Amino acid sequence: MDHLKKILTATVAAGAMSVSSTALAVELEVTHWWTSGGEAAAVAEFAKAFNENTEHTWVDGAIAGSGGTARPIIISRILGGDPMGATQLNHGRQAEELIEAGLMLDLTDVAEAEGWRDIVHPTSLLDSCTLDGRIYCVPVNIHSFQWLWLSHQAFEDAGVDVPTNWGEFVAAAPALGEAGKVPLAMGQQGWQTSGAFGVINVAIGGLDLWRKINVEKDAEAAASPAMLEVFQAFAQARLLSQGSNVQDWNMATNMVITGQAGGQIMGDWAQGEFQVAGQVAGEDYSCLPGLGVNAVLDTGGDAFYFPKTDDPEITAAQKELASLMLSKEAQVAFNLKKGSLPVRGDVDLDAANDCMKKGLDILANGSIMPSGDMLLTPDTSSQIEDLLAEFWSDTSMTPEMAQERYANIIANAD
Amino acid sequence: MAGAKKPVRILRNLNAKVAALPMITTALVIFVGCTIWTIVHSFTNSRLLPKLEFVGFDQYERLWSTRRWLVSIENLAYFGIGSLVFSLVIGFLLAALLDQKIRFENTVRTIILYPFALSFIVTGLVWQWILNPEFGIQHIVRGFGFENFVFDPLYNPDIVIFGVLIAGLWQGTGFIMVIMLSGLRGIDGEIWKASRIDGIPKWKTYLFVVIPMMRPTFVTALVLISAGIIKVYDLVVAQTNGGPGIASEVPAKYVYDSMFRSQNLGQGFAASTMMLLSVLVVLIPWAYLEFGGRKDGK
Repeated sequence: MDHLKKILTATVAAGAMSVSSTALAVELEVTHWWTSGGEAAAVAEFAKAFNENTEHTWVDGAIAGSGGTARPIIISRILGGDPMGATQLNHGRQAEELIEAGLMLDLTDVAEAEGWRDIVHPTSLLDSCTLDGRIYCVPVNIHSFQWLWLSHQAFEDAGVDVPTNWGEFVAAAPALGEAGKVPLAMGQQGWQTSGAFGVINVAIGGLDLWRKINVEKDAEAAASPAMLEVFQAFAQARLLSQGSNVQDWNMATNMVITGQAGGQIMGDWAQGEFQVAGQVAGEDYSCLPGLGVNAVLDTGGDAFYFPKTDDPEITAAQKELASLMLSKEAQVAFNLKKGSLPVRGDVDLDAANDCMKKGLDILANGSIMPSGDMLLTPDTSSQIEDLLAEFWSDTSMTPEMAQERYANIIANAD
Repeated sequence: MAGAKKPVRILRNLNAKVAALPMITTALVIFVGCTIWTIVHSFTNSRLLPKLEFVGFDQYERLWSTRRWLVSIENLAYFGIGSLVFSLVIGFLLAALLDQKIRFENTVRTIILYPFALSFIVTGLVWQWILNPEFGIQHIVRGFGFENFVFDPLYNPDIVIFGVLIAGLWQGTGFIMVIMLSGLRGIDGEIWKASRIDGIPKWKTYLFVVIPMMRPTFVTALVLISAGIIKVYDLVVAQTNGGPGIASEVPAKYVYDSMFRSQNLGQGFAASTMMLLSVLVVLIPWAYLEFGGRKDGK
């Protein structure tokens, strides 16, 4: 009891002192869903930078499961009046209403002081953090889904060359099957199938078609013969992935790493897993942006939002963290581990590997497209996700049937 | 009743009535109030946050044209009928067997009841592993030499709900058995003696004498099982997460996903109102029969 009293008085005294002298050290809880090997290593870089460069402490609030599991938890905590210090969310329309309801901290003063508009590249990333001219989030990386990861070992075992585009990949699939490999690894979670669908959509159907459907919500384009080809290619992918019974994306990536599967359509975050496994791009695995057909990358990514609190100490710490996340050092350290691209065009990425360089080149060319998260409401995208999940597991559902329902969802999208 | 007597009636047992006030208020505000709030908002186009922009029956129209909701309802029907029938039958059989004055009854009873102490999440995960073709039952049976043996309900969209049902029964049947057992113990021993003297076979005694006498026990069990059926959610989330595809979705999961994953409160409210409605459809006639009937009898 005495001990407790001592601590109490000490804390009060320390508190009183630091209020008068410097800002109080704050324990800032940061929630995110980065739990796979490569992701955890990357987020640890942020934590390290925050603990070393400021007097505040990073309290890690990792939520297991994918964004689909974590996002409801994060949102209900903010709505329920138990906000964390900072949280990962994919920028775009997910946080729109939270911002409108005044639950998120306005970062405009930090952004203006540091000139975010000049350093963030492409600027569309900052645009999706902006609502009515105010900035509410910090983009930390650029992730693109449009990659096909290929295992060199699997193709070697099957005695065929490593394909350079989707057509060759499909042609090589029977040889892979004979060698006892699963041609295409795919985790059974809805976001993975719908992500792969988006990739095939752009690669096979082209960017214009994709734009018509996702930006203009053109239901006729969604019902067009060109789109039917996309659904047929998707049905082919369904066939190629028979026998891949894993759930999580990193389990599927692991099948590629160990050579049990030929390839996987997955975002560039998969690269972190290859790195943790000690594989070298170009030697052990290779990557085909845009499935080797249409090398266009989306510029989705992760961003951090800072829920609003009444405590000025916490607010100050939140702003410090926000500016730290965009600093050059943190950007390089974080993105090298994560396998994603930095949001600043002015950092040096000598350490980047083959695949990241491919990505940086495409980015520099400006072959970019907005990410689906920024265009469709969660309502529409989860309807599509449900449809594609159903299509993926039910082989009796034809591409035509799926397309009809898809066009219907697009027609009703808002 | 004369008018003068009325105030007296209200004031009678005043203490008890005052004491009941908090409970009445809670019931009115929390249950009735929130239910009405939910129903009202199911007619709006609320997204992430509730707002009162009415759109008529749009949410319901969309609900009933959504394939996932229809699959959910169908699954609930299979799961519901299956768990109702099997829980009652297996629970009663186990109880009847235990009631034969066997040795180690306490031990056996504890073992059978034990799964009930586990949460649905744990149950779901355990059965996910047991039913996994790579290292579960299928793997073991194949290890015995039956190379073509196939048992992978969780990976087959047509029967996945029965995989969930097995786990649900494993978890819940023990509890039903205990309730049945206490019901059986409540039957007067004289009945058994009488039936033995009359030379009635044991199974007939059970079927035509004992079971009708256990009506209250069955009603209790029925209510408990039904409540479990309607709210089944965590079991599915842990075991299959609605998969493969949408083959093992259930209504409660639809509500949750609409509200938080799709950020579409209106749709979630519409679905939960439908769930409430389906409970009422079952409950009201039953309550009418159970309570309304008894009043006349007295």
